Amino acid sequence: MKSNKTTELMVGMFIAAGLAALFVLAMQVSNLSSFGNGDTYRVTARFENIGGLKVRSAVTVGGVRVGRVASIDYDSERFQAVVGLDLESKYDRFPEDTSAAIYTAGLLGEQYVALEPGGSEDVLKDGSQIELTQSALVLEKLISKFLFEKASEGDKK
Amino acid sequence: MLEFIRQLGRGGISQFAKLGRANLFMLKVLAGFPGLLRRPGLLVAQLWSVGVLSLMIIVVSGLFVGMVLGLQGYNTLVDFGAEESLGVAVALSIVRELGPVVTALLFAGRAGSALAAEIGLMKATEQLSGMEMMAVDPIHRVIAPRFLAGFISMPLLAAIFSAVGIYGGYFVGVALLGVDDGAYWSQMQAKVDLFDDILNGVIKSLVFGWVVTWIAVFEGYDAIPTSEGVSRATTRTVVYAAFAVLGLDFVLTALMFGD
Amino acid sequence: MSDIPERLDTDPLVSIRGLRFSRGGRPIFDGVDLDIPRGKVTAIMGPSGTGKTTLLRLIGGQLEPEAGSVHVDGQEVARLSRGALYALRKRMGMLFQSGALLTDLTVFDNVAFPLREHTDLPEPMIRDLVLMKLQAVGLRGARELMPSELSGGMARRIALARAIALDPMMIMYDEPFTGQDPISMGALVELIRLLNDALGLTSIIVSHDVKETAAISDYIYVISQGKVVGQGTPEALGQTDSAWVRQFMQGLPDGPVPFHYPAPDYAEDLLNHDA
Repeated sequence: MKSNKTTELMVGMFIAAGLAALFVLAMQVSNLSSFGNGDTYRVTARFENIGGLKVRSAVTVGGVRVGRVASIDYDSERFQAVVGLDLESKYDRFPEDTSAAIYTAGLLGEQYVALEPGGSEDVLKDGSQIELTQSALVLEKLISKFLFEKASEGDKK
Repeated sequence: MLEFIRQLGRGGISQFAKLGRANLFMLKVLAGFPGLLRRPGLLVAQLWSVGVLSLMIIVVSGLFVGMVLGLQGYNTLVDFGAEESLGVAVALSIVRELGPVVTALLFAGRAGSALAAEIGLMKATEQLSGMEMMAVDPIHRVIAPRFLAGFISMPLLAAIFSAVGIYGGYFVGVALLGVDDGAYWSQMQAKVDLFDDILNGVIKSLVFGWVVTWIAVFEGYDAIPTSEGVSRATTRTVVYAAFAVLGLDFVLTALMFGD
Repeated sequence: MSDIPERLDTDPLVSIRGLRFSRGGRPIFDGVDLDIPRGKVTAIMGPSGTGKTTLLRLIGGQLEPEAGSVHVDGQEVARLSRGALYALRKRMGMLFQSGALLTDLTVFDNVAFPLREHTDLPEPMIRDLVLMKLQAVGLRGARELMPSELSGGMARRIALARAIALDPMMIMYDEPFTGQDPISMGALVELIRLLNDALGLTSIIVSHDVKETAAISDYIYVISQGKVVGQGTPEALGQTDSAWVRQFMQGLPDGPVPFHYPAPDYAEDLLNHDA
C-alpha cells in the first residue's frame, strides 16, 4: 500500500470523479437541464387526438423550445384530450388567439406541441386556454384515407 | 435413485444452512458500521484497494463498450435514416443496462475475487483467529470496512463507466462517422429521463454493489482455510456474483421499466 | 493413568474439569481434567492430532465444550457474555503456529495493533511501548519489515512481542518449536522461559517437541486419545512406569502405540490377490 497521504488523495479523487460522472449524466445526458429552471405558467389546450404526445414533450414556437407538456388528461364530457402546457415565464407575450398543433419531429421522431402566435392584443396568462388546436396526424388514418380515395377514383373510371 | 434424491436433499440443506450463515454474517457486518465512523482511515484504505484499483479496468471497458455501441448503433440506425438517434441509443443502453451490469461483472472479477482471496487467506493463515484472540472482532475490523467500500465504490464506478461510455459512443459516432454533434446530445437529452433512466441505473448499481460485495466477503470468510478452499471460494465469488447480478438485473428491470 | 501428585497450586489460573469435545462426530476430549498453575510454564504434550490446539481454543473461548467446564481466573469461559469474553481475551496472549501476523501491516504496526485497537494512547507512547516489546524479543531493528520478509523464527518472535503488547496475565503457545532451525529454536526456548519469569506470566505450551519443551516447563500434561494419560514434572515423567508415556517421552518408534496402522496379517495380505 502507498503512504497514507497518497491513498487519501487518490481515494478523494476517485470519489470526486464518480460524483462528477453522476453530474455529467444528470446535466449532459438527461433532460434535467430542460426543466425545473425558472418559473413557468400553465395554459391548457384541447385536442381531438394527441397521437403519441407524452408528458415532458417539448413545446416550441418557431422551432424554439419555450416549455414542456406538463399533464395529459381526458375530458370524458367533451371527448377531448386536455393537455397542460408549462411555458417559461420569460415568454409571456403570446397573443390569446395563439394556436397549438401537434407535429412529429421527422418521420419516426418524437411528437411535440408547436404554438403559432395569432394577432390578438390580449396575452395568454396562467390558466388560459388555447382555443385553436390541430390534432396529431395519425399515420394509419392518412394511409386509409389515401387508399379510400384511390379506390373511389378507380370506381369512377 | 434413492441415493441420488438423498444427495439432492443433503445439498439443499447445506445450501440453506449457508444462506442462513450469510444472513447472520450480514447482520454482524452491519453492526460493525457504527465503529467505522470512529475509524474512517480503515474505510479509506479499502476504498483505495476496492475502488481506485478497479478504476482502470472500468474506464477502459466503458470506453470500448461505448465505442462498439456507437459503431453498431450507427450501422443499424443509418438504414432507417435515423442515425441522429445514435446518442439516445447509446445513452439508454449504457445508463439503463450496460453501465450497472458490466461494471458489476467487472467489479466481481477484479475486486470481488481479490476480496474473497484476501479474506480467505487471512483465515487460512489464522490472522482472523489471531484477531479474535486479541479481543478484536474481525468482522468489525476486517469485513465491515471492505463491505462498505464495495457498496460505495460500485455506483461511483458505474457512473464513471456510463459517462466514459457515452463519450466513447460520441467519439465513434460524431468524430469518426459524422453524426451531427448537436443531434447526438439533444436527442439524448430529450429522451433520457433523470429519474426513470439515470436514477434507476444508480439504484441498480447500489443493489449490485451490495450483493456482489456481500458474496465476496462472505465467501472469503466462509472459505475452508486451505489453499484449495480459498481458490474455490474465489471462483465461487465470481460465478455466484455473475448469476446474482444477471438474475437481479432482470427482476429490477421488470420492476423499473416493465409497466 | 499415572499416579497423581499433590496439586501444585491451590488457586490455578486455568482449571478444566470433565471436558468433553468432539468434532465431526469424532471425540477429541473425553473427560479431561487439568490445572494450569499461576506463574509457571505448563506444557501440554501429545502426539499430532490429539487436539492440543483445540484445547487452547477452548481456553480462549473460541470453541465451546460439549460438557465439563473451563475456568480462567475464576470465570467460566463458555458462560461469559461477549463483552466479558473480550475483556478476558485482552489479558490472554496467544502465539499461533504460523505467527498469524497481519500480512498488510509492517512489523511495527503489527505489534502496535493491539495497543491501537484497545487503548487511546498517544502515538509517541505507542512507539515507545512497541520498541520496548520488540527489544525484548531482539527484533527492534526489524520494525520496518513486512511479515513476508521475515523468516519463520523471526515471525514467531514478532508474534510473541505482539502477544505481550498488552501485558497479559498469560500466554498460550501453539507448537512454538515446529519447523524451527536450531538457532531460532534456542532463541525461542530462551525467550519463553525468560518472559515468563521476567513478566510474571503464566505460560501454556502446546507441543510435541519433547526435548525442548521438557527443558523449560515446570509441569507437563500428556494427552492421548482424549484423556490425560500422564502428568508431572519433567523429571518425574522421565521416570514414569507408564509404558505409553515412556514411549512418547523417549520417542520410541514402537511400543503401546504400534508402528503399524491396524491392518490384516502382512503375509496373508500379500498372498490375497482377490481383493
